[in-house]
Amino acid sequence: MEIEGLTKFIAGHPLFKGLDAGFLELVTGCAKNARFEAGVYLAHEGDAADVLYLIRHGEVGLSVATPGQGNLSFLTVGPGESVGLSWLFPPYRWTYDARAINLVRAIAIDAACLRNKCENDHHLGYEVMKRLVPVLVDRLHATRLQLLDVYGNHG
Amino acid sequence: METMANTASAETDPMVPQLARVAAKRQDGPDVWTLDLCLEAGTWGGFQPGQFNMLSVFGVGEVPISFSGHPTDTTKIVHTIRAVGPVSRALTELPVDAYLGVRGPYGVGWPMQAAKGQDVLIVAGGLGLAPVRPVLYSLLAERGRYGSVALLYGTRSPKDILFLSELESWRSRFDMQVEVTVDHAGGDWHGRVGVVTKLINRVEFDPDDTVAMICGPEIMMRFAANRLREEGISGDRIFLSMERNMQCAIGLCGHCQMGPVFVCKDGPVFTHDFLRPLMAVKEL
Repeated sequence: MEIEGLTKFIAGHPLFKGLDAGFLELVTGCAKNARFEAGVYLAHEGDAADVLYLIRHGEVGLSVATPGQGNLSFLTVGPGESVGLSWLFPPYRWTYDARAINLVRAIAIDAACLRNKCENDHHLGYEVMKRLVPVLVDRLHATRLQLLDVYGNHG
Repeated sequence: METMANTASAETDPMVPQLARVAAKRQDGPDVWTLDLCLEAGTWGGFQPGQFNMLSVFGVGEVPISFSGHPTDTTKIVHTIRAVGPVSRALTELPVDAYLGVRGPYGVGWPMQAAKGQDVLIVAGGLGLAPVRPVLYSLLAERGRYGSVALLYGTRSPKDILFLSELESWRSRFDMQVEVTVDHAGGDWHGRVGVVTKLINRVEFDPDDTVAMICGPEIMMRFAANRLREEGISGDRIFLSMERNMQCAIGLCGHCQMGPVFVCKDGPVFTHDFLRPLMAVKEL
């Protein structure tokens, strides 16, 4: 029953929408439910990046600790989005803190498990990459806009 | 000796400013002030949302500033100004009861008539919230004439959020959606962080029956318009307010020419269909 629910959710999540049923089963095999109360960290900068979270409910704040300024938030991730991309490439370390802003329900996908399945089945690997690269590109574009400081007083 | 009011012929000469007094001023953000102005001549005829006035500080200069108050309020003129250059800084430094020059209203504003019966999606960035505030006043004054109303507002940081109490009041309404995001924030901010375009998928709208109005820095408008097109809103339903070097405000001097149009006279509001090729020309 739980597996069925996981499969249904993963199939409906924008990241894996349209994924072939066989591949979906492989992804679901690496997944489990996760829940975080408000204020709890999903990940800390520098920790091993061993999970991909698909957010079902609630919001996660991504931030970087900055000397003298505390934690600076740079992105809020909500339902239908994902947290964790550092598991894709070595050294597989989180590069930011991820903290539940409110109650967060998510699907946690074991990154090593998914990586191994992608390595063993390059068709699955390509499908997963096709879905993750647009997320990376989207974040890159957004970061570029943030860096441009378009709302700053440039007078 | 003739007084200034006697010699001014603002009714016949569009280049002659009317005398106005700063009736009230309040700070709406770092370097951002809202001025309530009263014309010495008395009441005035109001404006269309999206139009602008030319405001002059005597001995300093003149700049175009969008209206940010109620379009039908004929007792005072409201402008929200950020101190960016010498004239805008001088405007923000004017004390209550100081005098300044006012010419206007000028330009073609937001498509309020065309938006009737449609869903209205407003995307504002930074100080771009000021020129769309009159749109919101108009929409809410005739709320039943429009479909769903959504305001997506992005700004630099929590302390830069304009019109905070009004945003909170609009957000508490059941007949409109308000989403706010900032580019970066400290740990004491519990709202959203990220670029304003990320808010677009948080609102529901029917692309075929939606009029979108975008106001903010040009880069932000470009990205937002492209994102709305990806969501299925056609370019003739997406409106942007352009900022250019407007000096005469009546299409004579040519400083604000953008391709075949003068932004001051033919705009500042244009459709994305019209602007898209022009925005791709770096020299414009």
